[in-house]
Amino acid sequence: GRPRVVVLDYGFGNVRSAVRALERVGADVELTADRHAAIESDGLVVPGVGAFAACMEGLKAVRGDQVVDRRLAGGRPVLGICVGMQVMFDEGVEHDVRADGLGEWRGIVDRLQAPVVPHMGWSGVEAAEGSVLFRGVEHERFYFVHSYAAQSFTQGHDAAADPRFTPPRVTWSTHGPEGSAARFVAAVEDGPLSATQFHPEKSGDAGATLLENWVRSL
Amino acid sequence: MTVAVRVIPCLDVDAGRVVKGVNFTRLRDAGDPVELADRYDDEGADEVTFLDVSASSGGRETMVDVVRRTAEQVFVPLTVGGGVRTTDDVDRLLRAGADKVGVNTAAIARPELIAEIAQRFGRQVLTLSVDARRVTDGTTTASGYEVTTHGGRRGTGIDAVEWAARAADLGAGEILLNSMDADGTTAGFDLEMLGAVRSRVSVPLIASGGAGTPEHFVAAARAGADAVLAASVFHFGTLTVGEVKDAMRAAGVEVR
Repeated sequence: GRPRVVVLDYGFGNVRSAVRALERVGADVELTADRHAAIESDGLVVPGVGAFAACMEGLKAVRGDQVVDRRLAGGRPVLGICVGMQVMFDEGVEHDVRADGLGEWRGIVDRLQAPVVPHMGWSGVEAAEGSVLFRGVEHERFYFVHSYAAQSFTQGHDAAADPRFTPPRVTWSTHGPEGSAARFVAAVEDGPLSATQFHPEKSGDAGATLLENWVRSL
Repeated sequence: MTVAVRVIPCLDVDAGRVVKGVNFTRLRDAGDPVELADRYDDEGADEVTFLDVSASSGGRETMVDVVRRTAEQVFVPLTVGGGVRTTDDVDRLLRAGADKVGVNTAAIARPELIAEIAQRFGRQVLTLSVDARRVTDGTTTASGYEVTTHGGRRGTGIDAVEWAARAADLGAGEILLNSMDADGTTAGFDLEMLGAVRSRVSVPLIASGGAGTPEHFVAAARAGADAVLAASVFHFGTLTVGEVKDAMRAAGVEVR
């Protein structure tokens, strides 16, 4: 049957578009903040727009932090979008205000250093080798709108040592003039946890393909 | 990997119907904004903008429904402007499925509105629209441009360049700079004004007003526009989004 996907409804993000885009690529979608539905679905989408700290508060208010932890502990797929990706990192710093993230990945989300910010519009990516999400759309552009980003990604120490461990696949993008552009994490695929800084639900056909790749993996 | 210069068709919507004639063939209903937005999406539009020109509150309610139906089937960003006065207006449009909201006159009367919207929803949702013209007899501003209201008929004496810079400081996520002198002339964007604002703001800048040929779009991109918006050339079928992008690409401008 169609994979059941919950889009977490915690008050942040243009969730209507996410729901429709996922339905379009074959998912059976429910928009809810219900903890049990969110834990039990085949896939969970964590959207997010606006400020990092506010999103974290909203997420915690519906116990979304626990939902994400429970799912990941059980190997159940989660897809973070935009600030829904940023909160997967250790912390965010906006306007000198520091906030804890979910800490799934090490690193800080902070302001992009570029002449024009927000980074708003369609940009290409350097898709990670072996990426499932970007299969067939490696060379397409996606719609970004953000002023903050993870500008480094720390791989765990045990990655090289342990052959059973698949290191996270990190997809990068840049913003700014050639030569001095800010480089940032555009997407991560790390076992059951995937995330994109851009908005696949607003990225036309390329975004639909990416979502379809994710839905098919559920 | 540079971000592409966005090409944005704008549709004027009155009480749920597209205003002005439309030349598209194979449309079931050329007055339906949803169908037109979908068509622009197919042609490669990087975003679609609806400008609500309804005079009545009933018309505005209809607009929310139009936004909802558009978001159901158009998968590129949607900006909605016109008559937005409060954060609750913004909330209603975002909930219906708009990605960004255009604010104009209400922010001139009460600039704090910009900060209020940015604080509640994030600055990325707010496109500040500036209808500007060269100052005429009697008025002076430092930049030589002033902000107008009432579709360019009324001057305010506010310096347009300073206003754009202040709005960006207050929390506008981008500036839509509409030249009231060039608007409707199809003689090209006001590149000097564009350059003046570009040198003062570091948020994205959308050029609007005066587009007539593909070369005009190229010139606006070269003058520093991050996006180019047009209404009539697309409405009347004078140009397609694809033709504009081909010209930009040929001129070495990054496009999607």
